Amino acid sequence: MGLIQKSQLKSPWVLHFDCGSCNGCDIEILAALTPKFDLERFGIVNIGDPKQADVLLVTGPANKRNHRVLKNLYNQMPQPKLVIAVGTCACTGGVFHNCPNVLGGVDNVVPVDVYVPGCAVRPEQIIDAVVLALNKLAGLAQSEEEE
Amino acid sequence: MSKQTKGNKLTVFPYGPQHPVLPEPIQLKFVVDEEKIVDVLPNIGYVHRGIERAIELNDYRRNIYICERICGICNFMHGMAYTETIEKLTDTVVPVRASYLRTIWAELARLQSHMLWLGLFAESIGFESLFMQIWKIREIVLDLNERTGGHRIHLSTNRIGGVGKDMDANLISTYFKQLDKLQKNYDPIANLFHKDAAFKEKTQNIGILPKKIANHLGAVGPVIRGSGIPQDMRTTGYEAYGELDFKPITYDSEDVYARALVRVDETYQSMEIMRQALKQMPDGPILNKNEKFPEGTAIVRVEQPRGECFYYGIGNGTIHLERCKIRTPTMPNIPPLLHMLVGYEVADINPIVHSIDPCISCTERITYVNKEDA
Repeated sequence: MGLIQKSQLKSPWVLHFDCGSCNGCDIEILAALTPKFDLERFGIVNIGDPKQADVLLVTGPANKRNHRVLKNLYNQMPQPKLVIAVGTCACTGGVFHNCPNVLGGVDNVVPVDVYVPGCAVRPEQIIDAVVLALNKLAGLAQSEEEE
Repeated sequence: MSKQTKGNKLTVFPYGPQHPVLPEPIQLKFVVDEEKIVDVLPNIGYVHRGIERAIELNDYRRNIYICERICGICNFMHGMAYTETIEKLTDTVVPVRASYLRTIWAELARLQSHMLWLGLFAESIGFESLFMQIWKIREIVLDLNERTGGHRIHLSTNRIGGVGKDMDANLISTYFKQLDKLQKNYDPIANLFHKDAAFKEKTQNIGILPKKIANHLGAVGPVIRGSGIPQDMRTTGYEAYGELDFKPITYDSEDVYARALVRVDETYQSMEIMRQALKQMPDGPILNKNEKFPEGTAIVRVEQPRGECFYYGIGNGTIHLERCKIRTPTMPNIPPLLHMLVGYEVADINPIVHSIDPCISCTERITYVNKEDA
């Protein structure tokens, strides 16, 4: 495993984008980064720049206005990249399923690797999802090596 | 505003919709002359979902849950305002104990929201470890939420005609104990906000909003109270507020510092209101069921952590509402924000934008859709 892959696994940087959530999941993502849950002990840092990020955390359903922004952010991230859909809205549209401006889950716009249902999700679930995503990243790195 | 000052070339740069300081998507386009802000153009609609339309499509009894998800931070107050609207439309009388419980939980939500804001504000001016400290003690409030309703964020205890959960003596004594613990942990932080020289240096004399302009542009909540106008919807005495003793907190310096201090002091006020309400709360029923369908029109105004929230409902005697108009506090605070930003430097953008406590998911009642996209 190369140095870059190793550092990605030991310290993945996450980018957070709010697609149209009610803020409940967003504040839980922030709560997961703060002392009680402390996601940083896994080396995870919240970063604002998509070009430096490895994991994209998306909250809320995709809508007709912001699907372009989401796609842009996804395209700007370097490979290998992972997408985690945080919250029921991001998975399926949830409580907003019949709202006129909503397209549904974010998997209509970008490919999603880990789904985290819950309204709002608990910080423990977010930690679990990131660990699952890291396992997938390790698998990706391994298969790349074999090739 | 002129696009050319002193022959200098003006630059336009976008701030958002995805920005490290803002957890939510709003775009502000800044027209700058070197470091000085000349003009600001807001651009919203990134989180518009069409909730008002969905309210018309759904059963009026199920709408409590979608109203709570207008905003996850002040979710309890949105649920409360919606149920109050329906109660007015169906002539339902809420039991006294239920209105006390609503008051207590609304203040719990305010406590949670103000602590969240103080943390984010501290981070936006570079006080990262203070952010962590505030969010650490905020967990005490979330634990109380979880003990009450079973969830950290969404309490979901509002029902039409009252509340769905009661508090027993054990839970009430836990509330008193945890509030004391919270106050003990919060004292040094409030002291820092009042006295720290670096904090004053970064926030004093920026983002000035004169009293007259604040009133003229229709600012609400801590923004207008930071400009010295004691406007607070709680003084209108909805729910149990009429029987409790409190005064709106105001500061006169009209800058970012004043707006921060209003919120620092309001956390103490919330704790005090909760203690009063917990002591005065009478025994009795908590839910008064009414099977009537909503008919007529009703207006409800409640004070959210960010300011006045306005609900207007029209019922037509069926299971669906004819119309439900919601005006949330960030929307009237955007014109004052644009006024505050002009004339200051690019480095002051973060504290000034944060000083109105923007809650974008509340604000998005309109959208702009490009024809080619749709």
